[in-house]
Parts: sequence; C-alpha cells; structure tokens
Amino acid sequence: MSATVQNTQPTHRPFVITGASVYGEEVRDVAVVDGLIVPVAEAPADAIRVDGTGCVLLPGLVDLHTHLREPGREDAETIETGSRAAAKGGYTGVHAMANTNPVSDTAGVVEQVWSRGREIGLVDVFPVGAVTVGLKGEHLSEMGAMANSKARVRGFSDDGVCVYDPVIMRRALEYVKTFDGVIIQHAQDLRLTEGSQMHEGPVSADLGLAGWPAVAEESIIARDALLAGHVGSRVHIQHLTTKGGVNIVRWAKSLGYDITAEATPHHLNLSHEEARSYDPRFKVNPPLRTDEDIEALREGLADGTIDIVGTDHAPHASEDKDCEWAAASFGMIGLETAVGAVQAAMVDTGRMTWRDVARVMSEAPARIGRVEHLHGRPIADGEPANLTLIDPKAAYVVEASTMASRSRNTPFQGRELPGQAVATFLRGVPTYLDARFDQTL
Amino acid sequence: MRHLLGTPQLSRDEAIQILDTAAQMAATQEREVRKLPTLRGKTVVNLFFEDSTRTRISFEAAAKRLSADVINFAAKGSSVSKGESLKDTALTLQAMGADAVVVRHWASGAPQQLAEADWMHGHVINAGDGTHQHPTQALLDAFTARRHLVADPDGKGLDGLKIGIVGDILHSRVARSNVWLLTTLGAEVVFVAPPTLVPVGIDGWPVTVHHGLDEAIEAHDLDALMMLRVQRERMTGGGSAFFPSPEEYTRLFGLDADRLGRLPEHAIVMHPGPMNRGLEISAEAADSPRSVIVEQVANGVAVRMAVLYLLLAGEESAA
Repeated sequence: MSATVQNTQPTHRPFVITGASVYGEEVRDVAVVDGLIVPVAEAPADAIRVDGTGCVLLPGLVDLHTHLREPGREDAETIETGSRAAAKGGYTGVHAMANTNPVSDTAGVVEQVWSRGREIGLVDVFPVGAVTVGLKGEHLSEMGAMANSKARVRGFSDDGVCVYDPVIMRRALEYVKTFDGVIIQHAQDLRLTEGSQMHEGPVSADLGLAGWPAVAEESIIARDALLAGHVGSRVHIQHLTTKGGVNIVRWAKSLGYDITAEATPHHLNLSHEEARSYDPRFKVNPPLRTDEDIEALREGLADGTIDIVGTDHAPHASEDKDCEWAAASFGMIGLETAVGAVQAAMVDTGRMTWRDVARVMSEAPARIGRVEHLHGRPIADGEPANLTLIDPKAAYVVEASTMASRSRNTPFQGRELPGQAVATFLRGVPTYLDARFDQTL
Repeated sequence: MRHLLGTPQLSRDEAIQILDTAAQMAATQEREVRKLPTLRGKTVVNLFFEDSTRTRISFEAAAKRLSADVINFAAKGSSVSKGESLKDTALTLQAMGADAVVVRHWASGAPQQLAEADWMHGHVINAGDGTHQHPTQALLDAFTARRHLVADPDGKGLDGLKIGIVGDILHSRVARSNVWLLTTLGAEVVFVAPPTLVPVGIDGWPVTVHHGLDEAIEAHDLDALMMLRVQRERMTGGGSAFFPSPEEYTRLFGLDADRLGRLPEHAIVMHPGPMNRGLEISAEAADSPRSVIVEQVANGVAVRMAVLYLLLAGEESAA
C-alpha cells in the first residue's frame, strides 16, 4: 500500500540509455518509446537520457524461484516488499512459490497473488501452483484450473517439500503435459533427511548437527529424470547443490530427457564451513555444501548442464533466525544480491560472459516458466523494454538493514560483492532508478 | 580464556592448568570447612534448557563451595515451542548481572551463540549442548584418568595413554569433547562403535575406529575404557533404529566381567552416567574395583570449581 507506487502515474516518457555495453559487448545507445525498444533515430529530441556509461545492459532478469510469503507471512515479506527487492536486484519477472498460507493450490489463490503483483507493478509476478493439495504430497491439486486462470500458471512446485511419492510425481509429470507445464522439484529424500540441519560431512560431524546427505538430493534427481524421460514430460530441478547432482543432470540431458536445473547464488559461493559460526543465516535447505560441490556447480552452470540461476529468495522474520540453529527456519534472501553473487562466482572468475548471464538469469528461466513471450527477450528494436542496467564495478558491502526486502536474512551480510543492478525497467517504466522505486524518470 | 565452549579450543597448557587447579580444589574438599571465599559477590546462573539434575547439582555445588551466588534458571521454553527465546533469556540474564552463565541446551551451538551474539557479557560455560560438546565432562574424565594412570600427575598430561570410548559416538557430546581433549593431552583415542553410530565425516579426527569391543581389547593395550550411555530408543526405533536390538548391542559392545578380565590389570572403567546396567555395562563391571564411576562424580565438582575459578577469579588478576 505504498503511497509512492499508488499515487504516482508511471511514466511512459521516452528515454535513451546511453553508453552502456549491451550484453557486455558493443557499447550503443538504446532508445525506449511507449514501452518498446525503438531505433535510436526514432527517439524524440527531448527524450530523457539515462547515463549507462560503464554499465552492462541486460534483458530484465527473471527468477524462477522466489518466495514472496504473501498470503500468510506478511511479517516476513509481502508481494510489495518482495517486488521492490526484485526491482532493486534487476528483476522484471519473478515466479512466486506456492508455499504460502493458504497454499497456492487453487485458482483463487494464484489469481490473488497475480493480481496483487499487477497492482504493485514493479515486477511481473508469475505464481507457481502447488503440485499437491496443501503441499501434503497426497492428492494432485487442480493444476488445470490454475493453468486456465488469469494467472496462467505453467510452473508447479511443492517447493520447501519434495514431491516424494513416485506415483504422484509420475502423475503430476504426465498431467501438466496438457498445458505445457513443468514440475519444479525440490529434490530431497524425506526419510534420509529427517531432522537434518546441514550438509552431512566433516563439519556436521564436528558441530554435532544432524546431517543432510548429498545422496538424499541425488537419488530424487535421478528418479525424477528417469520418470520425466519415461512419460516424456518436463521436469525442472531446483537448487542443485552437489557434484553428484550435476553429473546426474548431465547424464539425463545426454539421453535427451527434458530436464532443466538451477543453482542458487548462495550455493555458488558459500560452503558448509559457514555453519561453524552456528549463525542461522547460513541455514538453508538444501544445505551449503563443500568446496568441491561449489566447483562442480560453477562448472555445470558454465557448460550449460545447469540452465539457470534461481535465487530461492526465502525471507524469514528475525525471530525465526535469531535463535538456536536447530530451531531456526531454513532459507536466505537473495533477490538483491544475486547479480553481485553471480558476478563474483562466474563472471569475475572468467567462467562466463555477461551474455551468458543474460541466458542463465533471464532468457532460460523465462523459457522454462513459459513466459518467454514477455521476458528474456532480445535487446532489439520492437521488443518490450524489460531491461536491467548492471554496474559491474559498483562493489559494495552488503548491509541487510538497507535492503528493500522486509527480511534481513542475507548470508552476505558484511561481505563485499563486486557489482550490482543500478536500474531496472519494466515495459519501459523505471521500476528502480537512482535508488528509487517511484516509476518516474 | 573468556568462555569454555568446547575442548577443541583448549590448548594443552590451558587444559593442564584446569586439571592442576582442579587437583587443588579437590584437596580443599577434604578439609573440614570446604567452602572457599574466592567468588564471593559473583553471580553464577545455571541456565538449563534441558533437564539434567546431575550436571546442574554438580555446577551448583562447585559455585557454592566457591561462595558465589547461584541462580538456577530452568528455561523450559524454546523458539520451537514459542516459549521465551534464547535471545530474550540472554537479555534477562544480562539485566540481572550474571557474571557467568552455565548453559545446558538441547541445541548444538547454543552456548557459542550466547557467547558470540551481542546479547550478554558474562562468561559462558558449556554444560552440554545437543550432540556437540560437553567440555567439563571431558575435563573430569581426563582428571580422573590422570589421577589413576599418571604418577605424580601435577603439571602432566596423559601422554602415551590409550583410551577407548565405546558406544553411541554419533549422538555423543561426551565423545566429541573427549576426542579433542584427550588428544591435546597426549593420549591416543580408540572409538568402539557399530558403523551406524559413528558420524560420517570423521576421517580427520585423531582416532582409530573398531566395530567390536573384543577386537578393540585385542588390538590395543587400553589404559581406560569409557562406556557411553546408549539410549534404548536408538535400538528400538523400528525403521529408524541404529541397531537391531539391545541384546545384540550388549553381546557386541557391552562391558561384562569377561571383557573386563581381558583388559590390562591397571586399566580403569569410566562412564559419564547415568548407566544402563545390563545394556552397555554389566553390574559386575560397574561395581568392580576398577570402576571409577563414582569418583568421576566427585571429580566433576572439583573440575567445575576450577573452571569457575579460572574464568571468574582470573578476571581481577587480568584487569
């Protein structure tokens, strides 16, 4: 209910982004009129100039894995605060996970989330529907109704919980073929991870925290790859964290299975050693793993085995993190730090170009979520002006208290990230510019 | 030393200093007047998030014999049950002016969080956290072993001794504390446990692992055997059980008179208590002259006096 958003008329004034390196390649001006990219010559003489000197211009980022917490946990995040965090992070589209309260397992709830996102207008909110009623893993939810609703849901996930029953998983994979949907799986063998707190290995042994073994993730990835292959459907594996998981996805792709996979900015940067602090900011599911796993994730993302970076932005109220490790909630916020974290892990290490970043943070997630007609479009004349301007030299020290998210649980608190998004445009409207969200130029 | 959170952080000198001080404390306990004025005016809070009458009474006796004021705070709640949070409890203790907080907690790491968060300033003594550490237990075990196995022990470690720890290593804070302390003091540690009760990821720990007690007794001249308490529910958890049955556990890992007879003559038997007689240790073994289990309890008070003394009385000399 922000006054700035509701009372200000979004601007559709023509503008020209000058001096930015498009996809990190050639430096050229990009003109925007009426929400579309136009030839620079067609921009009116009085068009506003947005100085992009030194910046990289990418298509607006798309997150396939966001928790906006509304409805249900508005104390941790709302669609509005989450939209601000997304805009500040360079995102023009986010897929909102279904583990809300009530669960997003009906057309009514997903339409509510979708329309609230539109009302705020800072980012396109694409609701993800639950695979099973109440995320309980027992009965398929009415995915057809969600697909045919105004929210036009294509991605379905019980994220936070694995779709564990193999028969239900099979049926879900088959069922979503009707509307070209995708099952987005949180791969976790529930029996192997009962009570688990962190990666099972030398650090969990030292700390006396119950282990979450890599095999619990890998066995489900293998099962679901085989199921997707068997029924000829699409499966997307969320937050890969292990070397073994990367190898299984690589193998499944080599057989032609329709499988895609994701890595998070935190799993690309942080290891289980962080748990030695017992600071619950580092508690996340699946857990932070070993340096060897981090290396495998980076390699997999660079070679295309891992298709996308998804943030798994998971806001939690401070009382759910300011407590004993075992009592704390799993999850980290990530929308605002994703660009810097990916730059640190992939670009500054020479593993990927900014063109690759556009692929893994915009084009591929838009395609998997079936919103590629709206997002992840080429930066070319006639295309919608969903754009983000990244300053790869704007290094900064992460400070949770200055974040747009309502929650503070960033694992990068006090650490330096090398770059950040500095401006975001959704259909030609500035959603984040000069550190403001007021949609004016 | 500002806090006592775990044994990995203890240097050999610090550990020996605690043991030597404990020996002095133990000597004072044989006098007619056992109370020392050392910590008069200091407040020690026993903060117990998990029931443990034995450990609480031991710390309470230690603090009182040093003339500290003792407050027992049984914090039943937790963030899980939406009772008072660890943070609020810490803020309360800070407001009450606790000089030292003795923490027993069901959650691994809670004492470290109390020590490192900016919630309170008192010294934190870990009295057992989850399946992580229980440093005063390891110190009293080391103290007991040194007394029996090292001639003229003052100023010495446990160099060259071989100590077996038998049982549920996976869930044991006693084992996690002892492995580092005993090694720091120069002893060699042997784990004896079924593979299901050994943590994954201990390749870097300075231990030899055996999967049967007979084999371990055969392979090493053990100077001491430490029998861990085995919780029956770990044997009877259906599909989640770590072991087929209590009977099989006793057959393979229980200490009975026969196995006791095969230990070197000088070897001692320890147990952190409370014992499951008939499960991990037979009555004959528990009550044999080689058992030092009751003495461990008495030594616990002396060791805890030493820790409180070194943390709290050391304050003024350092200032």
